[in-house]
Amino acid sequence: MTVHHHLDDASIMRYASGDFDEAFAIVVASHIAMCDDCRAAVRAAEAMGGAVMEAADSSPLEADAFDRLSRMLDMEPEEPLLTPGPTAGKVPLPLSRLIGGDLDQVPWRTIVPGMQRHRIDIASSTSSLYMLKIAPGRKMPEHGHGGTEMTLILEGSYSDVFGQFAAGDIADLDEHVEHQPFVDSDIDCICLVATERPTRFKGMVSRILQPLIGI
Amino acid sequence: MLSVLRTDMPIENPDPTADQDYLKALMMEVATSRDKTSFEILFDRFGPRIKGMMEKSGASSDLAEDLVQDVMLTVWRKAALYRPDKGAVSTWIYTVARNARIDRLRRLPAQPYIDVETVMVASEDESPEAEAIGSQQGDLVRSALEKLPSEQRQVVEMAFAEYKPHSEIARDLDLPIGTVKSRLRLAYRKLREELEDLG
Repeated sequence: MTVHHHLDDASIMRYASGDFDEAFAIVVASHIAMCDDCRAAVRAAEAMGGAVMEAADSSPLEADAFDRLSRMLDMEPEEPLLTPGPTAGKVPLPLSRLIGGDLDQVPWRTIVPGMQRHRIDIASSTSSLYMLKIAPGRKMPEHGHGGTEMTLILEGSYSDVFGQFAAGDIADLDEHVEHQPFVDSDIDCICLVATERPTRFKGMVSRILQPLIGI
Repeated sequence: MLSVLRTDMPIENPDPTADQDYLKALMMEVATSRDKTSFEILFDRFGPRIKGMMEKSGASSDLAEDLVQDVMLTVWRKAALYRPDKGAVSTWIYTVARNARIDRLRRLPAQPYIDVETVMVASEDESPEAEAIGSQQGDLVRSALEKLPSEQRQVVEMAFAEYKPHSEIARDLDLPIGTVKSRLRLAYRKLREELEDLG
């Protein structure tokens, strides 16, 4: 897959060190699963983690630490490792665990004509995770963000001041960014979005919806 | 294959490049022969460092000890998934330790990370650049790290050895988060440049 919009290098480092919350980890992992360049980038950042670990300060283990582990190894059943291949199609593996492998099977809810949403409930996250399905030609009012926002395109495309975003592309935006996405594909644009600070997001949604529902 | 190792099994080879090959050979012995002697050397080598990192990132001594058991058990179980042509042993063990920390210390699912690793193992059609980076020896990464300016190295160590969130690094160093991010970006780009020059 040819991807034109990638993760910020700071986000690559953040992923490699395991610092994202669940919502962002799912969006970032889904992009990485779709993007050869970001997989290479993550591997380089993880190599940095490995080098840091090799040079890290040691803390002495308990005297029987290896014996304890060794007894567990003896009880290990020797089962062949399952190495499932990546899922084919438009839904990357980290997302398909949550919604299945078919975008048509997502239980969409129309919020206004031309705009559908599916909220993905995750237990642990302080951020929100949801999918949007937006009709061709739909333009959102210009908006800023209450915090970091990441949008991964799964199907269709949109354009804004940063260029065109098509399947596999990720918009890795911080809170200072303002943009006005416009769906420019002739099919619906489906994306996966993680946002910080859901209360501010509500404000954003109402600002998006305001002109659409005429209030 | 490891007859030399069997008669003389040091924990670390003083020559960095030979040491990386030595670790790979040990890992392969664990993967293919389920060799406990090789595994014990890896345990002695990485276990205390994993414990140190877990303690620095907030685990009690008991929990850190448990996490070492978890991590090394996973290394044993998944040894066959380690690909010597795709990176150093330390890189792979680092990711196992990171995932265990996410799971046990942060109580978050590590599944998205595991899925990415599954995709990495399965994807053969990687760019030449990715192959070049993957095949680099860990000692080159280590020397690249040593060459970083101290302010960049400091944030890298806080992020990776102490698993500190960027926001916490900013607070600890009394810096704006933007500065922490740009130092991490610079450090990362320098590493990539070094690897690409050598690749």
